[in-house]
Amino acid sequence: MIGLIFFAIVAVVAIAAAAAVVMLRNPVHCALSLVATLGCVALLFLSLSAEFLAAVQVLVYAGAIMVLFLFVITLLNPLRPETPDRLRNQGVVAGLLALVLLFELWLVIQSGVLAAVPATPPPVADVGNVEALGQALYSAWSVPFEMTSVLLLTAIVGAVVLGRRQTP
Amino acid sequence: MIQVAPLPYYLILSGVLFTIGAIGFLVKKNPLIMFMSVEIMLNSANLAFVAFSRYLNQIDGQVIVFFIMTIAAAEVVVGLAIIVAIFRSRATVDVDEVNALRG
Repeated sequence: MIGLIFFAIVAVVAIAAAAAVVMLRNPVHCALSLVATLGCVALLFLSLSAEFLAAVQVLVYAGAIMVLFLFVITLLNPLRPETPDRLRNQGVVAGLLALVLLFELWLVIQSGVLAAVPATPPPVADVGNVEALGQALYSAWSVPFEMTSVLLLTAIVGAVVLGRRQTP
Repeated sequence: MIQVAPLPYYLILSGVLFTIGAIGFLVKKNPLIMFMSVEIMLNSANLAFVAFSRYLNQIDGQVIVFFIMTIAAAEVVVGLAIIVAIFRSRATVDVDEVNALRG
């Protein structure tokens, strides 16, 4: 019961904060609401006993990525009124697409594909979460893990090249 | 031990968050907020991955979430650099104004 109440509170806060990201006008307020959403997702990771990912979520997302967002917001200062839509009825179309998306999700949950999943989760293994994740990451997933290092290097080089001033 | 909420609850929350992110990406014209909507969508996918990982007792879901976070970080870095470059050359970041490639 406590788990359900915890889930309900965190879920409501997460949805409200995500809606605020979409609806607020000031980009700084949007960024702060996004931090709230990311924190709620980190709490849900904790409730699913993914402690390492919860820590990474707070450090990388709420820490590094959001600071980057706030830096760019202050750099650009894009506080200007929104121009009128070039495509008419954009909001209506987006709302219809959202309804279709939710309906599809409902169909999937109704269709019974989740019957293969046990109703109650298995007990948490004695091995710690970090240890289990490390074992998987450095054995079965070691090649993709090394490839992400190449990806990060590429991203660094790309950001430096794009951010450089164009000198003739 | 505290009871975990049922799997469909997590999936519904994940779907609702994804939908909100998709709406934000479609209706907003500030690319920064569009990027934030993308982050919401990635996080909702992460939530579904971790929920399945817990219920199926497979650590692989969490490994994939780890990779998604790495890719999200790389994507944000390059995307924000592109936005700053666009702002330097055109003094606007409104996605409706940046239409030099329009046919």
